[in-house]
Amino acid sequence: MTSAIAPLVQLGRPDRTPKKMVSLTIDGHGLEVPEGTTILGACASLDIEIPTLCYLETLRPVNVCRLCVVEVEGARVLAPACSRLVEPDMTVHTASPRVRHSRKLVLELLASSVDLSTTAGMTELLESYDCRPERYGPPAPPAANRDAAIPGHHAAPDPAFAATVAQPVKIDNELYVRDYTKCVLCYKCVEACGPDHQNTFAIAVAGRGFDARISTELAVPLPDSACVYCGNCIAVCPTGALMAKDEHDLRAAGSWDPSSQQVTDTICPYCGVGCTLTLHVQDGDIVKATSPLENSITLGNLCVKGRFGWRFVQNRSAPRA
Amino acid sequence: MDLKLLDAEPTLEEREAVDAAIGAPTSAWDGGERGTHRDAHTALGGASVRNRRHELVPALQSLQARVGWISEGGLGYVCERLGVPPADAWGVATFYALLATTPRPRRVLHVCSDIACARKAHGVELALEASVGPPISGAPSGDSIILGDDEAAWMHSPCLGMCDMAPAALLTVAGETPVERLCGNITPDRASGLLARRRVRSTSADILYVEQRLATTTPYATVPDSSASAPIPQLGDPSLVLLKRVGVVDPTSLESYRAAGGFEALQRALEMGAEAVVAEVSASKLVGRGGAAFPTGRKWEAVRTQPAQPHYLVCNADESEPGTFKDRLLMTHDPFAIVESMTIASFAAGCSRAYLYVRAEYPLAYERIANAIARCRDAGVFPSGFDIELRRGAGAYICGEETALFESIEGKRGEPRSKPPFPVNSGLFGKPTVVNNVETLANVIPILLMGGTEYAKIGTAGSTGTRLFCLSGAVRKPGVYEVPCGTSLRSLLELAEVREMSALLLGGAAGNFLRPDEIDVELSMEGARAANATLGSGVVLAFDEQTDLHHVVRRIAGFFRDESCGQCVPCRVGTVRQEESLHRLAHGRPIGGVAGELALLEEVGVAMRDASICGLGQTAYAAVESAIKRLRLYEGMA
Ligand SMILES: Cc1cc2nc3c(=O)[nH]c(=O)nc-3n(C[C@H](O)[C@H](O)[C@H](O)COP(=O)(O)O)c2cc1C
Ligand code: SF4
Ligand code: SF4
Ligand code: SF4
Ligand code: FES
Ligand code: FES
Repeated sequence: MTSAIAPLVQLGRPDRTPKKMVSLTIDGHGLEVPEGTTILGACASLDIEIPTLCYLETLRPVNVCRLCVVEVEGARVLAPACSRLVEPDMTVHTASPRVRHSRKLVLELLASSVDLSTTAGMTELLESYDCRPERYGPPAPPAANRDAAIPGHHAAPDPAFAATVAQPVKIDNELYVRDYTKCVLCYKCVEACGPDHQNTFAIAVAGRGFDARISTELAVPLPDSACVYCGNCIAVCPTGALMAKDEHDLRAAGSWDPSSQQVTDTICPYCGVGCTLTLHVQDGDIVKATSPLENSITLGNLCVKGRFGWRFVQNRSAPRA
Repeated sequence: MDLKLLDAEPTLEEREAVDAAIGAPTSAWDGGERGTHRDAHTALGGASVRNRRHELVPALQSLQARVGWISEGGLGYVCERLGVPPADAWGVATFYALLATTPRPRRVLHVCSDIACARKAHGVELALEASVGPPISGAPSGDSIILGDDEAAWMHSPCLGMCDMAPAALLTVAGETPVERLCGNITPDRASGLLARRRVRSTSADILYVEQRLATTTPYATVPDSSASAPIPQLGDPSLVLLKRVGVVDPTSLESYRAAGGFEALQRALEMGAEAVVAEVSASKLVGRGGAAFPTGRKWEAVRTQPAQPHYLVCNADESEPGTFKDRLLMTHDPFAIVESMTIASFAAGCSRAYLYVRAEYPLAYERIANAIARCRDAGVFPSGFDIELRRGAGAYICGEETALFESIEGKRGEPRSKPPFPVNSGLFGKPTVVNNVETLANVIPILLMGGTEYAKIGTAGSTGTRLFCLSGAVRKPGVYEVPCGTSLRSLLELAEVREMSALLLGGAAGNFLRPDEIDVELSMEGARAANATLGSGVVLAFDEQTDLHHVVRRIAGFFRDESCGQCVPCRVGTVRQEESLHRLAHGRPIGGVAGELALLEEVGVAMRDASICGLGQTAYAAVESAIKRLRLYEGMA
């Protein structure tokens, strides 16, 4: 994991220490922002939108996806807007041909190797960058076991196919499903499970290069791992690679319909912490529970009870005597 | 932190191996016996355990060396001892190529299949296929594989830093006294013999060069072949500066080094004071020899003036750039000079502790440096409070990248950090850190002895001093050469008696191909830049007419794919797409015709260069690009 560049934003706990102001130019607009602001943050104040994938307000930036790159004048290479801090008199271009080229390639490289069908906003993004992932060749069929790769060795490429991360879905417990065919390796789940939130460290990045993957120790099934099923990794996963089993099953049955879902905030009934629970209700059934990212108590996190422990509400079988 | 540990128990052998690396447990809190009075009344853990994280890789290496792979029980014991979550440790263990996380025979021959060796190793590979079977290339199939102690296997290896003695192989034998032997000039018969534990008698046509660790029962033995009888081709040349002690002093003897003028520079440095030492180095205009060519004096000054404490010095001896073997030569034949240079640099930048990180494939260099450090420590050469710690890589080119190297020393996956912050501000363990290449440091001694301004008179105005170049391939006298910066590539090639050649690779896999008509380039930074090339780590690899350059280009692409850490998308996927494209070209199945394929390579290459986190991804297209644009390798292809 890379070390932090920008400090971890603790939502709801604003940093009130006075900051020096830094003036810079972004896409021709001059502006002043407090020292310690990221280029992404500075862009936000100008309403310039920068696409991101591995960035999340509640996690330390790992700056690995490189989708947010921008051009800083005088620099040899592009800079990740999500983590690079502003510097005095910086001149930034967020939509230069160089920037657009790298973003387009990042999107194409991902789309040609990963199933992005459940990544929010991806269809529009691929379109706006004129991506043609098919130009790298037909996607290779799923590998039987990507967990068996050894570092520093790979089979010679098959000229008929473009390599992919396609592999069987991992369904090894009742609560959530891991479909790493959809994983872009954004590290968010690892951070959420580890030092940034949960401190359980049930999963980590294993292997290296194209064979790098999210894994438990020895790739054991989740029930044999340290996982406590808080689902905080699901909450941060941008691609749907990690998905609650209910949602996974409804999608498989073709009946997942977010547009018809009613979303209600309530307080988790279990303990005195009082986490805000957001219930997603479809056809009268709770189909998912989340917590708002910007909630100062949860930062989007819950425990196993809040995340998954609401089935009793809709358990319609007769109560036991 | 409350760890969920693995269920499997370590074997006695595994427990011993781990304890040998990190010490025996002191209580039940760190994996020892339960039930002492103290255990029941004290809670140990927290920071005292977390601070031991940096011992993770040495512990795993010890398991590997003892048992030949890292089993569930072994991994579990390491995690318990160091308080590392098993998933986290698994992530580290699966990152390094020389750590096996699935059962593997104790005796493994790693046969170099990289640029300089590929063609010469072909016979060796065929012989091994016939005698031992196909190479290991993945996890063994089947759930429980029981391996006999006598079983052996072989696998392909990236460049072993022995290109001047191609083909090369590294033998590792796990056991109570592990054996590590780096062999040059291997033959099919010799390779099979190494694996079968068969004694093969040397004939004049079958002599190999061996570098082995002293620690093993058999004493270190060098069996030089005819071309390697002198460690360097320029032996005896009075103009040598960096290589002048190579082949002259006894590399194991402090007295021999001292008699050759050793420690005079350190003495002078201590008298001058830190600030003055930095001033001399700045005046010398020395720049880094590790690839990035950053001014050394500036780096030292930046660390020297940092208020945060402690400061660290790291000597980067990971030397894994294909075609590079100069640092191995320096460490093997003049180890005391490296230790002295590190001491001077540490003194100048105010570092109380220094690390030397040497790639695992250099057993003898490791041994010699370890010996030199121990002798210096015993003889009181180090200023008080200062010490040097030796760390070994575990099979990862990326760990030569300075921030990946820090991560590796800290016990993590070798994933480069985002810069800024730069190492001089926040490096090893988050502290101000000087990181220098072995050759860079070696220059410090002559700089202090002759004075910075005098040193700056060597070479050109823009590139001072001498440089080491690693000549291999189509040359009659391969080896490490030292020439003043600004020497022409042509005269260097003449020194090494170049044969007829079709192309050459300058600067390594991250460098560029040059045509035979381009060899008038001046070997200085400005000369290389003017020729749109780079000196990189000093690689000069010449290819003869028989070399299939397409194969070489594909191998370079495969190398980057294998060695990418996998963090960032442009490099992780881009290196794959680059290699695929080259393979489609080779198979005559280009997408969109050859022109379409070349355009695709360019698009991917530009994104890798512009958007990757580190130098690996940023240079992964360099050699391929030069093959396309300079060698015009794909012109006229259907
Ligand atoms: C992929 C990669 C591999 C590298 N490998 C090495 C190496 O093996 N040895 C080395 O000294 N520098 C290597 N470097 C350069 C280091 O990052 C760093 O710049 C260097 O050690 C600084 O020392 P210097 O200033 O003395 O050259 C590598 C860089 C990259 C990007
Ligand atoms: S559910 Fe919670 S404990 Fe399990 S892997 Fe995800 S974040 Fe970690
Ligand atoms: S599983 Fe999801 S959160 Fe985890 S790395 Fe993959 S895409 Fe990111
Ligand atoms: S460029 Fe390659 S090696 Fe460097 S950080 Fe990115 S993936 Fe890792
Ligand atoms: S969002 Fe910035 S690198 Fe991923
Ligand atoms: S040792 Fe084989 S290529 Fe360098």
